Amino acid sequence: MSYISLSHEDKKKMLAVIGISSLDELFCCIPEEIRLKRDLNLPSPLVEPELIHHFEEIGKRNSDSSYLSFLGAGAYRHFIPYVVDYLSSRGEFISPYTPYQPEVSQGTLQVIFEYQTLICQLTEMEIANASLYEGASAAAEAVLMAHRLRGNPKILVANTLHPQYKSVIQTYVKNLPIEIKEVNYNERGELDLDDFARKIDAETSAVVCQSPNFMGIVENLDRIAELARKHQALFIVVVAEAASLGILKAPGACGADIVAGEGQSFGLPLSFGGPYLGFMACKKDFIRQFPGRIAGETKDAEGRKGFVLTLSTREQHIRREKATSNICSNQAWCGLRATIFLETLGRKGMRELAYQNIQKANYALEKLSEINGVKRRFSGPVFNEFVLEFAGGWPKVEGFLRQNGVLGGLSLEPFFPELKNCALFCVTEMHKKDNIDRLVRLVGEVLR
Amino acid sequence: MIREPLIFEISAEGKRAFDLPKLDVLEKKEFLNNLPLREDIKGFPQVSEIEVVRHLTRLSQTNFCIDTTFYPLGSCTMKYNPKVNEKVAQLGNFLHSHPHAPQDLVQGNLEVLKSIEDFLCEITGMEAFTLQPSAGAQGELVGMMLIHAYLADRGSPRKVVLVPDSAHGTNPSSAHICGYLAQEIKSNERGTIDLAGLIQQMTEDVAALMITNPNTLGVFESDILKIAEIVHAKGGLVYMDGANMNALVGKFRPGDMGVDVIHLNLHKTFSTPHGGGGPGAGPVGVKKHLIPYLPFPVVEKGPAGYVFNHNRPKSIGRVGSFYGNFLVIIKALAYILSLGAEGLRETAEIAVLNSNYLRKSLEGVYHLKYSTPTLHECVFSDKLQKEHGVKNIDIAKRLIDYGHHPPTMSFPLIVPGALMVEPTETESKKDLDLFIEAMKKIATEARETPEVVKSAPHTSYVRRLDETSAARNPVLRWEGDEEK
Repeated sequence: MSYISLSHEDKKKMLAVIGISSLDELFCCIPEEIRLKRDLNLPSPLVEPELIHHFEEIGKRNSDSSYLSFLGAGAYRHFIPYVVDYLSSRGEFISPYTPYQPEVSQGTLQVIFEYQTLICQLTEMEIANASLYEGASAAAEAVLMAHRLRGNPKILVANTLHPQYKSVIQTYVKNLPIEIKEVNYNERGELDLDDFARKIDAETSAVVCQSPNFMGIVENLDRIAELARKHQALFIVVVAEAASLGILKAPGACGADIVAGEGQSFGLPLSFGGPYLGFMACKKDFIRQFPGRIAGETKDAEGRKGFVLTLSTREQHIRREKATSNICSNQAWCGLRATIFLETLGRKGMRELAYQNIQKANYALEKLSEINGVKRRFSGPVFNEFVLEFAGGWPKVEGFLRQNGVLGGLSLEPFFPELKNCALFCVTEMHKKDNIDRLVRLVGEVLR
Repeated sequence: MIREPLIFEISAEGKRAFDLPKLDVLEKKEFLNNLPLREDIKGFPQVSEIEVVRHLTRLSQTNFCIDTTFYPLGSCTMKYNPKVNEKVAQLGNFLHSHPHAPQDLVQGNLEVLKSIEDFLCEITGMEAFTLQPSAGAQGELVGMMLIHAYLADRGSPRKVVLVPDSAHGTNPSSAHICGYLAQEIKSNERGTIDLAGLIQQMTEDVAALMITNPNTLGVFESDILKIAEIVHAKGGLVYMDGANMNALVGKFRPGDMGVDVIHLNLHKTFSTPHGGGGPGAGPVGVKKHLIPYLPFPVVEKGPAGYVFNHNRPKSIGRVGSFYGNFLVIIKALAYILSLGAEGLRETAEIAVLNSNYLRKSLEGVYHLKYSTPTLHECVFSDKLQKEHGVKNIDIAKRLIDYGHHPPTMSFPLIVPGALMVEPTETESKKDLDLFIEAMKKIATEARETPEVVKSAPHTSYVRRLDETSAARNPVLRWEGDEEK
């Protein structure tokens, strides 16, 4: 297939204007001896019907989506209203670049402005940026930002932060004067306040805590914020399951200084892990150290309201090495989908969705923990995920479930060696009662 | 034109656009015990479905985009985004696949990852790729981290990264975030890296040179072999910013010519749509000596199929939760498969033809600081128009009135008043001619009626926006009546 729009005649005329006789001459600035003199070794080109067939065939070698799945752990299956697909597929949204020219990008810019407002409302923070890549790198950006603000070397991280987020933070700080210390969890699955109190000191720039945490437990953020404040450390709240914001007390209301998270739950399909949506919000005072693009309101030459990218003196294209971040492209289109999702669900829909997650997950948790040989591992309150311990071993249960078309929870041992035979289950509004009952029946059967 | 209000301004109690099925499990209030709950989401919109649809549709109509408009934004490679690639990325078995699913159930996904890695190696001459970086800038950062890890491992940690003065702003910024000191190297009168200067600055404290090739002027760094030799002789590495790879596909392989690390922008060279500013994808390719340091997990083909290898003791670690922007990667793979070797080479050839046609047609009308031959883009300036008080931004805004998206102006910093034009290969001669004609008219207007240019745009949805006051008095969210 070719996507070129020049006719033979066009090419001839254009070469004549340039004053050369062949396309090859255009490349004379590449010295002959370093030019590639063979065809690239690639498969013969496919035309549209072949291409579709090719990908359908590759797709057939994926079968996970035909299972009844209880996997979550940073990637959540939620309902996506059709208007999200319909509106976000418009070429006017998919095919422009970053809105550098605001006069011809008002659509993109107003959507970003609305998105920033929606994120502020959900988190109860004062400002939000236009998006970051995904949750883990958003958490890492929050750590870098806190370090710029406070300058102290130590960052305390709850060890119930998503392990992949922890891993990305480690990668980002490796070559910087930042030291990461983990804070243990307690028997309820919450951040251990005693361990936290022991580890926090005057050298601490920030404490990072996820809620609901990786074990699915909703943290008591107020108490953590209080202790952080006492030591002048910034409090970074990470939200990996953004649907929880519909009903749980907002991080901002709990004393968060910076909120970073994953917005995949807002209208983005699982997509084998990406593209997702990093979001970030903070207090107004921190604006100069805030990373990423930001849209702001202004007026045009006739005094009408309009929107522009603003505060770009923080950014790499002006500040170069002194920028607050190297981010250039973000995830604008994912932010657009989130905006449509949130505007469609609205004030009531967001709450109802979150409420159903709590009810269904707790229903499943209650039923499953009634089974002999299954134990609720942590006693803290849960949103839509929970950890179960299987006395007789998780692999046996996992295998049996798979044979019966069910993907049970995620094995936790690879991330937390002490959680042998534990698995993390996720139940959302997408699971019907029948689905949950089937899981319960199968687990009961294999453990009988 | 009617101004589209903010969604919050049309929100009112009692309207809704969404319903969930009734809760089908036994509802228990006690499940809420011990949970810290919020009462409400203050200010959150309540609108009907048609209001959402009209709101977003109308907003979309105020955007210029590739599907409607010539978009010669230099260095951004705004080429046509083939629609079938969207379709294949939406196939259910990709779309609904969970990133934690057992590997044997996602062999198709792993095959996608492995095959595009292999193709990118063939296209660039590199020996391995990571697909984890979500954008070009993250790719740059990963590249810097790889170099850092490699040099530290050899007991030679260094402090400095050299960046040409013509580079994109992300280059020095990425080096800095990796803990390096970014040191500028000056361009010579051709607009390329000055070898004598490089020799002087290339000490044993320099970890790497970041080079963009062709550079942001569109000029090919034809001394690339010598440059690499100078850098390697002092134990440093060559990093290539592959943002401009569209000029080179099928013509030149950086991996054969001394480049140790490269990032590509799949949303530029490989046509995945830019989405109004992402999601992109910034895979990083390396030569053999850097493979151990790539982010984990790495996809490998084993006897029983594809596997993710997490056991990478020298790896720099993860840079994202999962495996990169997977659906973007699928679209790029679809693009490579539909073009093949010949089609890809043709994209480079026609991109360079289109660019040189524009250059030749506008030379003399607009000033060109460097007379060096260029490939896929060229950088004019406002030098001639400035005599009449007309600046690059005025020319850019006036182009909007003629129906074209403006060129890039924020860099390269070595060309004051830059107008960086990159037409890409997918534009027709007719559209190029319309742009040329508009640019010529604007040059005439700059002489005869400069006020018309300076007060442009005149026909857009909004007139010129005041960016200074937006930064001075930041209003970054709607703060209307939240109690409504």
